[in-house]
Amino acid sequence: MHEILIEEKILARNDEIAAQNRKALSERGVYAINIVSAPGAGKTSLIEKMAAELKALGMGFAVVEGDLEGDLDSKRIERHGIPALQITTGRACHLDAHQVSHSLPWVFEQSGIELLVIENVGNMVCPAEYDLGEEMTVMVMSAAEGDDKPLKYPAIFSASEALVINKTDLAPHTDFDIGKARLNALKVNPNLKIFETSCRTGAGIGEWARYLAGVVRHDK
Amino acid sequence: MHEMSITRTLLETVRQEMEKADIKTLRSVRIRVGELTAVEPEALRFCFEASVKGTPFEGASLEIEEPPLKGGCLTCGLVFGTTLFERTCPGCGDSSVEIAGGNELDIVSMEGV
Ligand SMILES: Nc1nc2c(ncn2[C@@H]2O[C@H](COP(=O)(O)OP(=O)(O)O)[C@@H](O)[C@H]2O)c(=O)[nH]1
Ligand SMILES: [Mg+2]
Ligand SMILES: [Zn+2]
Repeated sequence: MHEILIEEKILARNDEIAAQNRKALSERGVYAINIVSAPGAGKTSLIEKMAAELKALGMGFAVVEGDLEGDLDSKRIERHGIPALQITTGRACHLDAHQVSHSLPWVFEQSGIELLVIENVGNMVCPAEYDLGEEMTVMVMSAAEGDDKPLKYPAIFSASEALVINKTDLAPHTDFDIGKARLNALKVNPNLKIFETSCRTGAGIGEWARYLAGVVRHDK
Repeated sequence: MHEMSITRTLLETVRQEMEKADIKTLRSVRIRVGELTAVEPEALRFCFEASVKGTPFEGASLEIEEPPLKGGCLTCGLVFGTTLFERTCPGCGDSSVEIAGGNELDIVSMEGV
C-alpha cells in the first residue's frame, strides 16, 4: 500500500491559467473585471448602460459574454458600438480560465481597449471557485431578490471586490430592504465597495462607471 | 453543477500521480472542502461515485475533510472558530478580522497499491 501526499489546490491548473491570463492582460495594459450574478439580475443591462458613461470618460472597452447558449447578449452589447465576443459554455454553469484564455487573442486585436468586461454565466454558486484572471470580481444583485442573499451565498460575496445592487427602482414595490442587504453583504465581506443602480431610470450608473474608470486608470 | 467539473479535475490529478508512482489500483482519495466554499460535499461524493464506475478508479473511496469557517485577528493574531460572520476577536475585542480558514478546496493525499 502506497500513501502519496499531494497537498495542492484541486483547481490548481485553473489558477495557473488564470495567472497567465492576468499577466497577458496586464502586459497589454488591459484591466479585467468578472461580472457575476443570479440569472436576470441585470449584468447585460448594466454593461449596456455603462457604455455611454465610459465612452464619455474616453475609456475603450470590450466584452466577453459567457452564456449557456446563443449570442443574444453579445448582440445587445454590439448595438452600443462595443466589441463583444460570445463564449458558449454548453452545459458548464460557469466560465473557466481556459475558456477565457481562448478569447484573449480577440481582445488584443481590438484597438484602444483599457478594460475587459467578462460577463459570467448567471449562477450564484459555481463562478465563486473559478478565477479567470480578472483584477476585480463584481457581484450584481437585484432588488427583486432577497436581502438575505449574501448570507445564503457567502462564497460568491466573499470572493467579490464590488457589489452592485441593481433594480433599485423596484425596491419600493418589494419587501427588499437595501439597508439590510448592505449590512448582510458587509457581514460576509467587510471590504466590499457597494453601489446602487437602476438600469431602468439610470440612477447610480454614472457613479459606478466613474468608480470603475478610476480603478482601471489608477491601477496602471 | 460545478461539482462535476471539480471531480473531473480531481481525477485527472489522481491519474497523473498514479502514473508517477506506478500505482495500479486506487484505494482512496482524501480532499479538503472548507465550509465557506461553494462546493457541496454530498454532491461531490455523488459525482465521484458516478465518475469512477467502470474506470480503473472503481471501488476507491472519497474521504472529505470539512474544515470550519475561521477568523484571524489582524491585531493580536488569534485564530478562532466563527459563525455567521462574527467579526469581533474574542481575544482582544478588535474587529479587524479576516478569513483564516474555511475556504480550502484541496487534494490532500491518496492511497493505492
Ligand atoms: N425594473 C428593472 N428591470 C431591470 C433593471 N435592470 C435589468 N432589468 C431587466 O431585467 C431583465 C434581465 O436583465 P439582463 O440584463 O438580461 O440580466 P442578466 O441575465 O444578468 O444579464 C431584463 O428584462 C431587463 O430589462 C433595472 O434596474 N430595473
Ligand atoms: Mg446577460
Ligand atoms: Zn484580537
